[in-house]
Formats: sequence, structure tokens, C-alpha cells
Amino acid sequence: MRAVLTVIGKDTVGILAKVSAVCAQHKANIIEVTQSVLQDMFAMIMMIDIQNLNVPFADFSDEMSEMGKNMNLSIHVMHEDIFNSMHRI
Amino acid sequence: MLNAHDILETIRMIQDENLDIRTITMGVSLLDCIDPNIDSACQKVYDKITRCAKNLVRVGEDIEKEYGIPIVNKRISVTPIAIVSAACKGSPVQFAHTLEKVSQVCGVNFIGGYSALVQKGFSAGDVELINSIPEALSETEHVCSSVNVGSTKTGINLDACALMGRIVRQTAQITADRDCIGCAKLVVFCNAPEDNPFMAGAFHGVGEPDCIINVGVSGPGVVRAALSKAPDADITEVADIIKKTAFKITRMGQLVGMEASRRLGVPFGIVDLSLAPTPAVGDSVAHILEEIGLERCGTHGTTAALALLNDAVKKGGVMASSKVGGLSGAFIPVTEDAGMIDAARCGALTLEKLEAMTAVCSVGLDMIVIPGDTTAETISAIIADEAAIGMVNSKTTAVRVIPAIGKQMGEELEFGGLLGSGPVMKVNRNSAEKFIGRGGQIPAPLQSLKN
Repeated sequence: MRAVLTVIGKDTVGILAKVSAVCAQHKANIIEVTQSVLQDMFAMIMMIDIQNLNVPFADFSDEMSEMGKNMNLSIHVMHEDIFNSMHRI
Repeated sequence: MLNAHDILETIRMIQDENLDIRTITMGVSLLDCIDPNIDSACQKVYDKITRCAKNLVRVGEDIEKEYGIPIVNKRISVTPIAIVSAACKGSPVQFAHTLEKVSQVCGVNFIGGYSALVQKGFSAGDVELINSIPEALSETEHVCSSVNVGSTKTGINLDACALMGRIVRQTAQITADRDCIGCAKLVVFCNAPEDNPFMAGAFHGVGEPDCIINVGVSGPGVVRAALSKAPDADITEVADIIKKTAFKITRMGQLVGMEASRRLGVPFGIVDLSLAPTPAVGDSVAHILEEIGLERCGTHGTTAALALLNDAVKKGGVMASSKVGGLSGAFIPVTEDAGMIDAARCGALTLEKLEAMTAVCSVGLDMIVIPGDTTAETISAIIADEAAIGMVNSKTTAVRVIPAIGKQMGEELEFGGLLGSGPVMKVNRNSAEKFIGRGGQIPAPLQSLKN
């Protein structure tokens, strides 16, 4: 099972480090990362494998968005199927 | 790999443009609960629904979390109670209380099916149930009621129209202390669909399986946002943009419906291809019409714009889902749509224009506040007019009007939540009493002879 993790917000030091630390802590394997900084807006999209997640997916997702709030970023973790079904026939 | 643009588009739709799944509705058949003893019938109803729907809300919330898309309502629809209550003596209101208890135990926010199908006449139990609607709706909070008074196949039961005019008034009177809220939970249909997931008109048709999951999608804000990016597009391009957007919206419904059906172990019924507004800013069907180029919803051109919108929503949606049904189309409930409320307040949107609009979109005269002194016969005539549009055009039409008891033009009713608020709208004061008083059946139209 794979999920898409997106981080959007003002660029600051250590975003990637913090997000990947939480992923590692919960055994979410990062498969792919794309990131861009437009002016000072940071947008990162991660594809993560959540097969071996050591907490329920909902808790993982809550923890990420909570961390996002503390860093003034908007972080979403959503099941990959929602994107596949919307954009692929 | 998905591209970044697609991913961000989906997130923007959900975060900023109010894309959501409006409802997951579980349809439950109560045919096996029929019992001559009303107490045991009610017990069977309670046991069956709570058994089928015990995980509905939890599964809905799980899906919401996992996929990151809000599922606003989890609801239940049941076999029209008039069929179940016909076998037993005693007031059908007891079934309404049972349904209310079920809704609280299961945690759903509406349960529909306090209904009767009388398009060709009343059978045992129908009149009793219809007469009990005011009491049932005033004593319960989550129970919704509907009555089908006509169809293309049968014509219109004018006696039922007459009766429903009185019932709507009584329901308003008995709930006058609560902004006449009872009438917001009562729909009078022509050509009622049997798999509609939307309230207040949802019921579980007798041709449906024992238990089923139907899904209603939403997303007026997404359509409007997509159109706002193409201010100079010609009208064919506008239709294309709506189609593409409706496709994406409906895919969400299909995904959620399939997933809910798998997790609950219940067959997947249909996706209702709908644009359902809410009173929230940015979630209005009227604003789509205004984005297309009308100064105010309700002005000349509104019917044409709505016809295009409704058609494009269906064309986009039908390819996105394996099974389509319900009401499928754009909804125009006045009090539930911020743009409609504004248009009604300033007089741009009138009852007559709304009637014309119902000829080209899904449903009918929906959530319209009318003066408190409107007579039962006039309400019956409004119902008959609307049923005639449905009958002749082989489409569903409905009437959900709320007589604002004690209020006049210029005043407003405030329901709160998804039901919204709205100004009292002008009603033609000339009488239709003689016409409604004739009673009988308006014969089925030529359109019914398709065999």
C-alpha cells in the first residue's frame, strides 16, 4: 500500500529532515521525492510505502498534520488510490 | 508516478474548493420485518437496521481519514414504511420513533423512508401513514419522509396532491415553534427514484437488494473554480470544462462507494452524479451559473445555463462510474445555497423561475420558504404543477416547500446547518381550490406508452 505525502508552505531549514525522520520512526519507506521551491514557497511530494507502518494509518496522518501545524506548513498524507482514481482511467 | 500537478490539483479541490462526498447512504430492506403485531414489527425493524448499519459510520470515518476526502453525511434509507405498517394495527408513528432510535444508535444524521407510494391510488396503510407525517416529523429529529404522488407511467394522483397540501401545512404548523423544520424533512415526489442517497427524499425501493450502499457526490465549488480559470471560453468549452470536472468529482464517489461496499460487505449500488450545494461560501450552484455569465441567478438565461450545467455534469459523471442512479443532476435547493439565498433576497429569483429551472435539472422546487398564510390548496397546486413537469418530461421532480407560519414576505426562516436559511418568497395569490377539489387521477400522458 502506498500513500502520497505532500508538504506545502514557506521554505525553512530542515523540512525534509523532519518529515523523513517521522517516516523512518514509523517504518514508512520513502520511495520517491520531488520538491520545488517557487519564490519562497516550498512544495514537496513524497511517495511512501506504508505496508509496514507500525502505527495505524490515521494516527500517522494525524501526527504529520500536527507536525505541519507546528512548523507552519500544510502536510497531508493520503492514500495513493485517490489520486489514481481521479487522474487515471 | 503521478505528476505533481495532478496531486496538487486534488489537494486544492479538497482543501480550498469544498470537494467532498456528500453522503454514503445505506439502503436497508424492511420487507422481512413485516408483522401483524406493531411492537414486534418495530423490534424487527430496529434489530435489522442496527445489525446492517452498525459499522456504517465507523467505516465512513475510516475511509475519510485514509483517503483524506471528507464524507459529510452517513445516512440510512429504508423500505417505504407504509408497506411495512400496512400489516399492523396501531399508529405508524411508532415506526418513526423506532427509526429515530436507530439513527441515534447508529450515529447517522438522517434516516429516510417514512414514505408512501401513492401515484395511482392509496392502498391499505398509505392514508394512515400520510396522515401521521406531521406528528412523526414533529416528534423525531432525524427521520425524513417522502410521498410519491405521480409518475410518467401512471399519471398524477390529484387526491394525493390535495392531501399532501394539507399535510405540508399541518407539518409546518405543528413545528412552527422550531422554524417549521418539519417541512424541511418532507418531500413530495413525481417519478421518485428508488436508489436516491440524498435526503429528505431517500427511501429504499422494493426492487432493490436487501442491503446496499449508494453514494452522493458534491462539488459546486470545484466546478466554479475550474470555470473561473477560463473567463473567455465559449459556451461549448464551458460545457467541456464542466464535464471534465464532473468526471473527477464522480471518480471520488466511485472510489469511496466501492471501498465502503468492500469494507461493509454490502453490494455497491450507485453513484448519484450530483452537484449538491451547501450554504457555505464557495459551495453554491447559483454561483456556477453566475460564473457562466449571469449577473444574478434567476435572471433571463438561467434556465439555459442550468440546462447546460446539468447535462454536462451527467456526461462527465457517467463515464466515471460503473453504476449511476439516484437523482443525478444539479440541485437547486434555495435555502441550502448561498447564491440562491442572495438571489431570492434581492428578488432576482422567483418561484416561477425556479419552476422553469426544475424542468431542466434534477429534483424540483426544493427548500423554498413560502408565506405562512399560503392555503393548503395552493400548496397542492404547486405540487400538481411540479408533478406535471416531471410526468411529461419523464424525470424526477419534487416539492419541498416550507410555509413559514406567522411570517410574511420580507421575513426569513433560519434552520441552521446544511439546511441553511432563506427569505419568504412570493406565491401567486389566485385560488386553485376548484381544480384541486375535483380530485381523481390525471391520466398518464402519451409519453407513458413506450411499449
